[in-house]
Amino acid sequence: MHQAKEAALGSLWSGGTAPFATHSKKLGMWLFIVSDTLTFSAVLLAYSYLRLANPDWPRPFHFYPAIVKSTGMTLVLLASSLTMVLGVAAMHRNDRKSTVRWLLATALGGVIFVGLHMTEWVELFHEGYTPWSTPEGMPLFGATFFGTTGLHMLHVSIGVLYLLFIAVGIGRGKFTADDVEVSGLYWHFVDLVWMFVFPMIYLMSIQS
Amino acid sequence: MSTHGGGSEGHQVGSTKLFVTVWVWLALVTGIEVFLGYEQLQPVLMLTLLVILSIGKAALIVAYFMHLKYERFSLTLFLVPPTIFCIVMICIFFFPDSLRILQLGPGAP
Repeated sequence: MHQAKEAALGSLWSGGTAPFATHSKKLGMWLFIVSDTLTFSAVLLAYSYLRLANPDWPRPFHFYPAIVKSTGMTLVLLASSLTMVLGVAAMHRNDRKSTVRWLLATALGGVIFVGLHMTEWVELFHEGYTPWSTPEGMPLFGATFFGTTGLHMLHVSIGVLYLLFIAVGIGRGKFTADDVEVSGLYWHFVDLVWMFVFPMIYLMSIQS
Repeated sequence: MSTHGGGSEGHQVGSTKLFVTVWVWLALVTGIEVFLGYEQLQPVLMLTLLVILSIGKAALIVAYFMHLKYERFSLTLFLVPPTIFCIVMICIFFFPDSLRILQLGPGAP
């Protein structure tokens, strides 16, 4: 009886079972996300430590443009997460045409985010904030601010390329719903990281 | 049309309405955070409040957008507690006196 059951299901020790009832690509992306979470945790902890340890930490973010822009960037990134979810749902219906449209909309959100972020960086450069110096003479701010936001911007840029790659493949009849879902996991993670970068860096240093 | 796309999952979850509701909540909490940014609070208190709100947002994103709520619970147990444990370890041991900063007090903002 037991042997018959084992023959039907395959032995637990001979592989072929899925303890998380999911496919390996999704599990792999989740493991990557866990490791990347720890990277950003360390970076943001280091920033917050410096922020709290220095009473005269620079507070360069004006209401306009910095806070208005970064709030707008937050909403754009959140909106792109919404279009991503709708893209995954469309692919589950096997509607490749609208999947491609949603994916392109998501990538467009990423491009707008990076564009706004770049203009905001340029404004900071003009005010004298660079990765190695600040007007207050606290180069640590420049190093940690541009390092952290730059690392996040790199993730968004890679995400845009990833989404375009998947969108082109979907349009050509390649890939499955699983692949769209995995790219969605990455994109939502990038969104999630910004939900910490935005308050811990921008909102903690609003110019008073 | 057969269930070719969603066959491996076997459960099509979450309506557009649900996702839009989650999005509205995320935007609302963002608004609260920006408002908080303009309150004159002590930096430690402010950072604590902002991080708590952000953890709430992260939980919404992970549960609904990243779908974890609808996965088998073993996946959540596999991913979330170890991550939290590691982050706590980073917070305690990243610097020799990471936690001492809270007792020393940062002084005026």
